Amino acid sequence: MRSEVLLIIIGMAFVTYLTRIGALALFRFTGVPTWLNRWLKYVPVAILTSLIVPSLLLPKGYLDISLNNHYLIAGIAAAFVAYKSRNIIATLGLGMSIMLVLKLL
Amino acid sequence: MQLSNLISGKNEQVEEVWAALRDCAPMVLGVVPFGITCGIMGLTANMSGLETILMSVFVFAGASQFIGISMLSAGITGWGIIILTTLLVNLRHLIMGSSLAPYMIKLPFPLQAFLAFFLTDEAYALTISRSYKVRYSELYQLIVSTMIYLVWILATLAGVGLGSYISDPLTWGLDFAMPATFLVLLIPLLKDHISLIVFGIAAVVSVSAALYLPGKWYIIIACVIATSIGGLLEGDNKNAQ
Repeated sequence: MRSEVLLIIIGMAFVTYLTRIGALALFRFTGVPTWLNRWLKYVPVAILTSLIVPSLLLPKGYLDISLNNHYLIAGIAAAFVAYKSRNIIATLGLGMSIMLVLKLL
Repeated sequence: MQLSNLISGKNEQVEEVWAALRDCAPMVLGVVPFGITCGIMGLTANMSGLETILMSVFVFAGASQFIGISMLSAGITGWGIIILTTLLVNLRHLIMGSSLAPYMIKLPFPLQAFLAFFLTDEAYALTISRSYKVRYSELYQLIVSTMIYLVWILATLAGVGLGSYISDPLTWGLDFAMPATFLVLLIPLLKDHISLIVFGIAAVVSVSAALYLPGKWYIIIACVIATSIGGLLEGDNKNAQ
């Protein structure tokens, strides 16, 4: 265990925690302002979208819109199943099966 | 608490526990390959097993751990640059924290401080979806958060232990479980035309930003632009009525 690595870990842990507690500490006494509350309404949609779409279109870090991009093909199929069934097991089952089949092909 | 209640899930709290365990199962499946990769990366970066595991225990933030380990392996040992990068990569938590704040600030502060440590993309996505669909529950958040934490540490441990025996776990395709789970959470939220517009803008902006910007800036930029437009449209709708 090197002390400089330990210090880096502690530093990383500290700043990461700051980002996690920051908003709660800020609004602890004032509450969440109304204007912000309205802005926050669409945060879940925006965050989920920006977690999903780039991971399907750029799975390896560059834009890949082709049949070789298994994530994109499985993602489109999974989106369709998710829309029709609203069921995680069906969505995951079909998506992962497609990933597996494409890998074996 | 009666065992029959526990099994049939009659009690409200018990229901939250079951829902939390059920909902986080696919998510933790997606966490496994990333945790294993993290363990392997630590070893290839000449970190000791203990150092790699402690990083997962204390930092618990996948993307910034990957970046921190890569910087260490590239010979960058200046703590300033690594910690600053970690801060920038994790700034998106501020937005997620604000989104959960209206619910969480009602909790006792020590509980808020405790739950905050476990705030991740995955725990946020599950908790906020539950809040929109049913209600906010701190028990639900606590369970999904700590389950993801536990699996992250165990997977890092597995990566450290088995690193030399297994090939790159991110090529298994298991990581697809993550976007698939996010999809199931997203689709029920797209129920009006403003949500669809926010979705479209966030998709375009996040992809373009991911092409040109480092780290996780694409999430922050897409979120700020898309939700601002959503908020403005919402305001116009209200005024017109």
